[in-house]
Amino acid sequence: MTHLPYIATAYGMTIGLAVLLGTTAALRLRRARARLAAIDRPARAGRREDQ
Amino acid sequence: MNATHSLVARTGTFFHRYANPGRFLRLGARLQPWLTWPAVALSVTGIVWGLFFSPADWQQGDSVRIMYVHVPAAWLASSGYAGLAVCSLLSLVWRHPLADLAAVEIGPVGAAITAVCLATGSLWGKPMWGTWWVWDARLTSVLVLFFLYLGHIALIRAFDEPQRGYRAAAILGLAGAVDLPIIKFSVQWWNTLHQPDSITLTGAPTMSTAMLWPLLVCTLGFTLGFAAIVVARLRAAVMESRIRAALSARRGRGHAATGGAQDSDVRGGAVA
Repeated sequence: MTHLPYIATAYGMTIGLAVLLGTTAALRLRRARARLAAIDRPARAGRREDQ
Repeated sequence: MNATHSLVARTGTFFHRYANPGRFLRLGARLQPWLTWPAVALSVTGIVWGLFFSPADWQQGDSVRIMYVHVPAAWLASSGYAGLAVCSLLSLVWRHPLADLAAVEIGPVGAAITAVCLATGSLWGKPMWGTWWVWDARLTSVLVLFFLYLGHIALIRAFDEPQRGYRAAAILGLAGAVDLPIIKFSVQWWNTLHQPDSITLTGAPTMSTAMLWPLLVCTLGFTLGFAAIVVARLRAAVMESRIRAALSARRGRGHAATGGAQDSDVRGGAVA
């Protein structure tokens, strides 16, 4: 009996989950960074005008 | 008594040095590439080594290759929960604001890796033991760990007031740490179908070095990968918290300018 399907499923599941977790973390970080930059930009400009 | 107080205070001061979100974001940004790229390189090397270049076992044949993903997942399931317990302690004793956010972010990653540990264990058990699952002490204690992670994820998000959720989840996180020594010693305390530990801190490994090296490379790669994902999620969480605080302050200024009451939505703004 070949054990290949068990091995392939185990590796596929692990690699798939690692890619999913890594990608979602990277996208979330990128989105947060972009939103924070968009919020900070007018605030910084406002502070500069006040000075 | 005074010495104990002073030790607690000094430990608190040490950890609070990194409670500053700006300092954490700078440290995280510097750490991120040093975690991510070695994690990718080591994981790929370990997986290719384990799959194609390590020898098959004389008894188990090729199915022993599942070990190269199952063992690192099992190690990370336990050590991830240990990290969660440390965050819980920091939260309960020193009210460390980043520890709460770290606990929020470690939970789902730890639960996912524990699910992989259970699933790959089943996939290894079926060809070796002839069954997907047995209510064996090791398997059952890891299943309990998975439920502890799920409980933590649910509890920390269960309250309208985040601080109450953080506190309740921290208590669960600390209490659940009791499961870690049970997992570790289950194969010694009870007669289990699961094999005893092949690698211990005190004794020589009971496996060939041709299998041990790819396993160590995979374990190191997966550990760095886990840390990289948690750091990235935590950095994102701190930024999201700052965004909420900034939006809330802007709304507050808008209300004040129009004579309205200030908006009190400061959910998660504690670390901003």
